[in-house]
Amino acid sequence: MRKYVPKDNVQKKSYYTDRFHVVPRVPREKVEDEHFVSVVEALAGDVKESYIEIGQLVLHINPEDNFKVLKILKEECGYTQCSEQSAVDYLAKDNEFELFWQLLNITEAKRVRVVCRLANASAIESVEPLFKSANFAEREIFDMFGIKVNNHPFLKRILMPDDWEGNPLLKTYPLQGDEFASWYEVDKIFGKEYRDIIGPENRDPAKIDVEDTKRFSRVGYEVEFGADYSTEEKDIEYSETLLVNYNKKSSKQLDERR
Amino acid sequence: MAQHQVNYASTAGLPIALTSVDKLVNWGRSNSLWPLTYGLACCAIEMMASGASRYDFDRMGTIFRASPRQADVMILAGTLSKKHSEFARRLYDQMTEPKWVISMGSCANTGGMFNTYATVQGVDRIIPVDIYLPGCAPRPETLQYALMMLQKKIRRESADMKKNTKQDLTTQTGKKRTRLI
Repeated sequence: MRKYVPKDNVQKKSYYTDRFHVVPRVPREKVEDEHFVSVVEALAGDVKESYIEIGQLVLHINPEDNFKVLKILKEECGYTQCSEQSAVDYLAKDNEFELFWQLLNITEAKRVRVVCRLANASAIESVEPLFKSANFAEREIFDMFGIKVNNHPFLKRILMPDDWEGNPLLKTYPLQGDEFASWYEVDKIFGKEYRDIIGPENRDPAKIDVEDTKRFSRVGYEVEFGADYSTEEKDIEYSETLLVNYNKKSSKQLDERR
Repeated sequence: MAQHQVNYASTAGLPIALTSVDKLVNWGRSNSLWPLTYGLACCAIEMMASGASRYDFDRMGTIFRASPRQADVMILAGTLSKKHSEFARRLYDQMTEPKWVISMGSCANTGGMFNTYATVQGVDRIIPVDIYLPGCAPRPETLQYALMMLQKKIRRESADMKKNTKQDLTTQTGKKRTRLI
């Protein structure tokens, strides 16, 4: 990844555009390997597109064919292990998800990636009867993306709490959490009425609360632990030896140039 | 034989040491701090190291207990996720008074580098903390030092827990201060 630079400044735009930058792409090769050719032939009409990327076969299919394709791959082509299964959010671009299954043939030492595009708000068929590893993987897809999985034995959130709102791996989900996420533990343990007392999350690690005399020491104006400072209307008296008070009017301004 | 044998029969010759109740109680409390065996993340490895033979918590009278009902110190060692916060608070509630809390490491103190939706941004949002121990992860010596600081704090306290200043959970200063201990 290259360093992110904000590109809003129109005046400097010409500096941001890198004319010579080429987005790195993995070359796609034709399917020539003997084993992979037989795999593509076994799937016949179900494959929309097939190519080799870094020695792995990539197969694009329709989302409704996923169970059929994986069954053929498992039973006829020897892909007995489903090592990874997840989704990618392309909602902003195409209003659909990309789902993929990464399969491994142990005897041939070959890997196949089955890819499909799933329209938003539609469900996918579970492959749990074929691969037991799909049980947790599909629960994670459901948890993180909100994609429903048909005929799954136990479709329930796996990473987030059961009463969580939102799907964190969607690109629209804020990294630091939405309103619900930021109050989750307070609401759950103490109740909503304690929001005012506990206060919002502090996301700034360098924050210093001047009035908090329990957690922060007031340099130059030390008070007793836990003393209530808020009632006093008194400016901080800076120690002459430790801190320089820049507000102090010690300089003299000349009216005219000497 | 005994040269300095106390003659119990004479005078008011009982072996008496004068002290205050506070000091006596705090002597007992501070010298047998039993923390809860409760690790959350990598800080727990350092906590285990402090308990093991090289750093040896036992010599300070600190013995890890596997039940919150027998423990009086909770060392929150590691990242507290929001999903787990409910259970951490429940364990804290199950501990009997008097009880103290050490927040160990950056993640427990402020959320640390996990500035995300799933991590509690400082355990003091749900549990009142006595000692904040910085570090990522703090070395075993540091945890020992934190425990010694806690002992010092306890020795300063009153035997009557109601009189002690307990850190409350309010982050805002000013008018509203409710104790959520």
